[in-house]
Amino acid sequence: MSTGAKKRIMREYNECTADTPAGMKINFDEQNMTEWEILLDGPDQSIYAGGHFKLKMTFPTEYPFKPPVVSFKTKIYHPNVSNDDKGSMCLGMLRADEWKPPNKVVAVLRLIQALLIEPNADDAIEPSIANEYKENRKEFEKNAKDWVKRYAK
Amino acid sequence: MEDDVGFESQDKDIKPTKHAYETDFIVYGPQEIEQHQNEQIKEVSNILGQPPESTAILLRHARWNKERLIDQYMEKTEEVLESAGLDESAISHPPRLERVKRFMCDICCEDGPKLDTFAMKCGHRFCVDCYRQYLSTKIKGEGEAARIKCPGDGCNRIVDSKSLDILVKDDIRERYKDLLTRTYVEDKENLRWCPAPDCGYAVQCAVKDKDLPRIVPTVHCTCGHFFCFGCSLNDHQPAPCSLVKKWLKKCEDDSETANWISANTKECPKCNSTIEKNGGCNHMTCRKCRHEFCWMCMGVWSEHGTSWYNCNRFEERSGSEARDAQAKSRQSLERYLHYYNRYANHEQSAKLDKDIYLKTEKKMVQLQTTSKMSWIEVQFLAAASQALQQCRQTLKWTYAFAYYLARNNLTEIFEDNQKDLEMAVENLSEMFEKPIDQLQSLRGDMMDKTAYCTKRRIILLNDTAENLKSGNWEFNVSL
Ligand SMILES: [Zn+2]
Ligand SMILES: [Zn+2]
Ligand SMILES: [Zn+2]
Ligand SMILES: [Zn+2]
Repeated sequence: MSTGAKKRIMREYNECTADTPAGMKINFDEQNMTEWEILLDGPDQSIYAGGHFKLKMTFPTEYPFKPPVVSFKTKIYHPNVSNDDKGSMCLGMLRADEWKPPNKVVAVLRLIQALLIEPNADDAIEPSIANEYKENRKEFEKNAKDWVKRYAK
Repeated sequence: MEDDVGFESQDKDIKPTKHAYETDFIVYGPQEIEQHQNEQIKEVSNILGQPPESTAILLRHARWNKERLIDQYMEKTEEVLESAGLDESAISHPPRLERVKRFMCDICCEDGPKLDTFAMKCGHRFCVDCYRQYLSTKIKGEGEAARIKCPGDGCNRIVDSKSLDILVKDDIRERYKDLLTRTYVEDKENLRWCPAPDCGYAVQCAVKDKDLPRIVPTVHCTCGHFFCFGCSLNDHQPAPCSLVKKWLKKCEDDSETANWISANTKECPKCNSTIEKNGGCNHMTCRKCRHEFCWMCMGVWSEHGTSWYNCNRFEERSGSEARDAQAKSRQSLERYLHYYNRYANHEQSAKLDKDIYLKTEKKMVQLQTTSKMSWIEVQFLAAASQALQQCRQTLKWTYAFAYYLARNNLTEIFEDNQKDLEMAVENLSEMFEKPIDQLQSLRGDMMDKTAYCTKRRIILLNDTAENLKSGNWEFNVSL
């Protein structure tokens, strides 16, 4: 990783700590600055309220010319998070063809929070969950809350 | 104006269609592709009164849809030029690097009055190093060329080639040019690159996406590769593209359930001694008790190929047996496994057939040096091997096809054709396992069997293609 990229990550970390979105905590290790651990509380107005989620944000070597990679380490029932051991989230600005180098991590964090409040079923990674979200909201909410109880307490 | 075909000025003879399952196509080499591109640029350049260089940019920007470009150009010239970065001000003020006061690069956070910076007309300014890095990531890393956007957040302006010229170094500029040539083929609906690794040929074919439920357009590249013009996968006749997609997805999803036994040993159903399968042929003979059976269904071989025996058909149990949900789901799994195992077995057998052929060929070459056999005389083996590969490829996909086939009066004809081809293939495959010194005397027999395999394959493919074209097949899914 270039010194420029390191400088930018450092700067972004400082920006994030100055302006961390509510309900989030970033664990940053200067020895390993390309991997951030993010602790996220399910937003109050969302069905994930009361849940505590652990996420990993990994910065590729080409950062900021390629987007950071976000993965949920805590299982979550969500149309935009892959239901496997990777728990990856890949939509909007997190996609290589939509990411622009001036985009910032703070914006990514806000995107994640917004998606917990309102999932994007039209750009889903889990089609069956997206379908349930669209067609049987009650069942979806029941499952999502169930998973919060089971995995995110 | 003629409609949007890739090479309208070309008078190449289109190969006449021989069989119902064959599709017309033309293969073009890299030079021909470049030449046709230049011809179109020249033609449009004359119509628009723009120099060829600008016309090329306009055409690429319009995804090589020249009718639409000409219409739009006539209607709103300024707008079209502007969006491709070719407007008046761009010509009078060509793009250049600048140093600006109180500048900070929003990508690397560097600042200072000595920093070279660049911005297109949209005004999104970044330091030249970041701009360069961005372009090289797009071009080298992601293979993009004609539609790279400004790095500015939310900006959709396309980076034009003049801007690119002053920013990147020669190696990236070369790659950029290659990619631009590639977009020509990618943007044309009737052209497709041969997907074989390192192949530079493109194929022209008139089959459109909407035709794909009725036709399986297998094309044959000059490099030797057979592929589907519809989806670029390896030849998958007789199954239509959409069934292939469904089938591959199902196999992937059910890979754990299917748990295909790729083990090369089974027990003889009569004496239980272990039997190893080392060729592709499914006709097994137990070394110990000489019992002959089918590797696939473990049934007695002598009964194969008779009109009342079915190794290839899945026998549905009568309704009374499969009444409750559990029984139904078990039956549907059994049905899938029946077809999947046969599909996978032909894939596996094709590999084994090839292995054994390569071994045989090696021995034949050795034999040539000790005997009077010439190179020409051993060519029948190569022909037999090739026919086997092709027939197994077809057979493999007949099982995916059959899985989605609903029963009607045509199904039995299909299953008979499948069975006949399968028998022909196993009979030929078997010959490869004969001792090497017998091969030469079997030459005539082997050539006959090769011709018979090819004939059975044509019969099967013609039947499926004709019925697909007239919509006679009933599938249990929608295409
Ligand atoms: Zn910069
Ligand atoms: Zn811009
Ligand atoms: Zn090729
Ligand atoms: Zn296809």
